[in-house]
Amino acid sequence: MRRFVLAHTTEVALIVVMLVLSAGLSLATDRFLTLSNAFDVLNVSAVNIIFAVGLLVVLISGGIDISFAVAASVVQYLAVLALGVVGGGNWALGFLIAGAIGLGLGFVNAFLVYRLSIISIVATISTFNIFFGLLMFFTKGVSIYNLPDWLTTRVVFYEREMADGSWVELTLPVVVMLICCGATWFLISRTTTGRKLYAFGDNPEGARRFGINIGAMHYISFGWLGLMAGIAGLMQAHYAEEVVPNALYGRELDVLAATVLGGARLGGGKGSVIGCVLGVLMVSITQNGLNLMGVSPFAFKMIVGAIILVAITLSSARLDKLLPAFARARPRTGGPR
Amino acid sequence: MASEPPLLSLRNINVTFGGVRALKGVSFEVRPGEVHCLAGENGCGKSTLIKVITGVYRPEAGAELWFDGKPVAAMTPTLAQSLGIQVIWQDLALFGEMTVAENIGFQHAVNGRFGLVNRHAVQAAAERALAKLGVTLDLHMPLKELPIAQRQIVAIARALVGEARLVFMDEPTASLTQSETDYLIEIVRTLSASGVAVVFVSHRLAEVLEISDRMTVLRDGELVGVFPVEGLTQSRVTELMTGRNFDNAVIASDHDDQPVVLSVRNLSRHREFENISFDLRRGETLGITGLLGAGRTELALTLFGMKPAHSGGIEIEGRPVRFASNRDAIREGVAYLSEDRLSLGLNQPQSIADNLVMASLDRILSGGLISLTRKADVVRRWIAALGVKIGTPDDPIRTLSGGNQQRVAIAKWLATDPRILILDAPTVGVDVGARAGIFDIVRKLSAEGLSIILISDEPPEVYFNADRIIHMVEGRIRAIYDPRRMSLTDLEAAVYA
Repeated sequence: MRRFVLAHTTEVALIVVMLVLSAGLSLATDRFLTLSNAFDVLNVSAVNIIFAVGLLVVLISGGIDISFAVAASVVQYLAVLALGVVGGGNWALGFLIAGAIGLGLGFVNAFLVYRLSIISIVATISTFNIFFGLLMFFTKGVSIYNLPDWLTTRVVFYEREMADGSWVELTLPVVVMLICCGATWFLISRTTTGRKLYAFGDNPEGARRFGINIGAMHYISFGWLGLMAGIAGLMQAHYAEEVVPNALYGRELDVLAATVLGGARLGGGKGSVIGCVLGVLMVSITQNGLNLMGVSPFAFKMIVGAIILVAITLSSARLDKLLPAFARARPRTGGPR
Repeated sequence: MASEPPLLSLRNINVTFGGVRALKGVSFEVRPGEVHCLAGENGCGKSTLIKVITGVYRPEAGAELWFDGKPVAAMTPTLAQSLGIQVIWQDLALFGEMTVAENIGFQHAVNGRFGLVNRHAVQAAAERALAKLGVTLDLHMPLKELPIAQRQIVAIARALVGEARLVFMDEPTASLTQSETDYLIEIVRTLSASGVAVVFVSHRLAEVLEISDRMTVLRDGELVGVFPVEGLTQSRVTELMTGRNFDNAVIASDHDDQPVVLSVRNLSRHREFENISFDLRRGETLGITGLLGAGRTELALTLFGMKPAHSGGIEIEGRPVRFASNRDAIREGVAYLSEDRLSLGLNQPQSIADNLVMASLDRILSGGLISLTRKADVVRRWIAALGVKIGTPDDPIRTLSGGNQQRVAIAKWLATDPRILILDAPTVGVDVGARAGIFDIVRKLSAEGLSIILISDEPPEVYFNADRIIHMVEGRIRAIYDPRRMSLTDLEAAVYA
């Protein structure tokens, strides 16, 4: 138990903060602690979690990406146009097209970072502007409301009416989110590629000396995020039932904050899927709670920012300093015995 | 043993980089299971030779390379690995966020079947390697939680996973304490007893002489010779490495007639040092020695205003002072040369000139802006005074050798016109030959009236260069010695007791 807590400090701290927050919200409003509200939070968070697990892979391998949210907007637009060309399509084709375009945009970032040796934050701020600029230029800011029917029809895997008349629903974005989380978890913690990504992010020179293909690491990490961004874009279009070119603009910073909140290290080499999920949920729960309490939406950003600060302070402060009981488990620095 | 065929044998190795001959007709030989020392000053070709052996560099035509009695036509990094040649680099190349097991078994972790990680194989490989070394470590501990010495063990264990037959260790003890070094030496003996040959590269001659069977000495890319270690002395090895002879003599003298510049009274800092009292007089060099972790650096940082004392007082020229930060200390004329020159002492990508004026920017201002003429004057003055060998002052400082970098680092502080100069391990990473130059500077400065605190974990350094020696043990002053009234052997015995 002690070892688990030490190895998963961030996750444990986040769960504790979330429990405290949830307890407070449950007392403050009677709507918060209901099953249907929990599913609401999950439905609302699904797109961001898909983004977050993609970004996680880039962060683990030591990079950063600012462009994925607008890349997802580009994907939405191009995918809907492409689907129109082929005469409507279906879910399989939709995922295929969105995933492929997303992957391609991710490869653009990988190319800039690896081939042209541009540090990833600069490269992706550039592509952020280029992607968004191109999108606004060609669409003139016009939204698409005329989506194929299959894309806008809600897909419900499970639903049930509760005693109080509210509905519990498990919808497509949540299922897709679970699949993305599972796939990312498998990639980073069960495959040799995942180990290489961690190693490369942790100590690039050490990884190079082991003969790890550095180019492949860039294409895999940015490609994975591109793929996730493509899927997230499709899910967001499905959820919103429209494609608005600037709908996802600004989402990148929310997702980045939530991912780092979940324990991913900006320097690379560290981060977990469960941390990512907790990070995003933490922010969603806060917003949901504020909503239910009837707080003015204008105050949301301010409060969410403060909550992120508090949570990140708690989770990055060494747990052994907060809880002296755990300190004894640490090895003393000094003699080799 | 002499009749045994060598495990590795190289003949007629020539390597040229851009017109500079890095290795000239060098031969090298390692016997199975021996501990062999590769010695020489920085730039003598040691690392080039290791890189030839591991296939990173290709030697010029005419070279011969034999491994295990068979000729090797062209060595490559992959071939070297499959032959069981492993290098433990000085920076270890480990992964801080991964666990001990993942680091040791990394080769298994990235080569699993079907691209999947076989956690049991990784764990088992790590256990086997540690068992070979006779060590137990918590396999699930993240590596970054381990002290340096244990990371070293992890790096060695990782080399063993690849069925090592020949292990190169590049400066393995550079950042270890004495007891950790002893422990590492034990590990090396275990390795050698199990038939693995170890080639040791180290600046610390004492341990080299203790551990090795034979020694190959290189100087300026040429082979000086191969010597059995038995019967060699440190000064003989220094002579072989540098081609020069350094005579050491105690230089201590009395300064009782000089005014007290720094007076420290009962200075304590919780869990770091306790009840430290001493006086430092004008022109005096006070040595502080003791094992790593004795609180020497912590004391120095307190005197430099970077770590507040919890009790006790500091007086400078009779006035009590309180330092809220090191800016106050610098204003009072205290300068501190950091023990970690590479990462803390100098800004490596910046120019020599910029580094040199870093601590004294307020002295070269003219109308609130940096005066380039005054800057150039300061730079010229100190480069000349300390005999720093440079191309131009605008070259990045990382282009200089360790010894010359250290001179610039000292000059940086001298430019602040200090009364008290604290030198923390000033010879770490500096060649034997260049060390003498650093100490010449120390003597000259003290003759000019500067008071110096010289911190070193090598007793000979303080013995031959200080007027008095404070011996610290676990944060307390154990004794204050006069080098004229004791032998070096006694001092070493006291420190390593």
